Amino acid sequence: MVTINGEPVQASGQILLDYLKTAGYDPARVAVERNWEIIPKADFDKTVLQPGDSLEIVHFVGGG
Amino acid sequence: MIPKEELDRAFDARFPREMKDKLAAARVAVAGLGGLGSHIAIGLARSGVGHLFLVDFDTVDVTNLNRQAYRIPHLGKPKTEAITEILREINPYLDIRTAQVRVTQDNAASLFGDYPILCEAFDQAEGKAMLISALLSQCPNMTIVSGSGMAGYGDCNAIRTRRAMRRLYLCGDETTDIGEGMGLMAPRVAVCAGHQANQVLQLILDTERK
Repeated sequence: MVTINGEPVQASGQILLDYLKTAGYDPARVAVERNWEIIPKADFDKTVLQPGDSLEIVHFVGGG
Repeated sequence: MIPKEELDRAFDARFPREMKDKLAAARVAVAGLGGLGSHIAIGLARSGVGHLFLVDFDTVDVTNLNRQAYRIPHLGKPKTEAITEILREINPYLDIRTAQVRVTQDNAASLFGDYPILCEAFDQAEGKAMLISALLSQCPNMTIVSGSGMAGYGDCNAIRTRRAMRRLYLCGDETTDIGEGMGLMAPRVAVCAGHQANQVLQLILDTERK
């Protein structure tokens, strides 16, 4: 089990990039923190979600 | 020109001296000088933040006048130059540094790496995500205050500040997107810019929060 934005999610073992796509996120518009450390964008396709991980996914919208 | 002592006295009449010293010693970067960034810069300058690093590649366009701090005499000027003129008329004694450059994931850390606090004030969602991912992964001592979601004229109370990550504060409604048929309007952009500038003041003044 992985905690994502405060909610328990069955995503252990998934590649982060795959999780983002299946969950409906646009990977180009998110920033992801795992266990209090930011994950560089270049690592989205190499990061495997581990049991007990805590993820914060921020999905940005345009305007400024 | 107004003497520095007169500006200092005006501040001292309203706030404790140690606040002024902390603000004067602070160094803040603003990435993007559109509707958010121009008003953030003005809010920080009026608050006495001593050093500002202001970055934007663009020039002032007539389509900016509906929400950005610029006026007709600024049309065609680089935003870095226009905002400096405006800030100098508010406080001529601030240390202002600018760069007219397009920020990419390759130059972001070398541009901003020396700054403990950065305001993200880009307009495109992809640019926001790029900047935050690049800087938080490469600059271990930086805290970012970002704006996301301030389009249209919906409820201003939907715009809020939250600590989204260890070193990321997020201001906005996180929902309204310029891509969905509703552009930006001055009031909500200014509300969001106010949230961002206020969060910066909290980071500077409430150092125990770090």
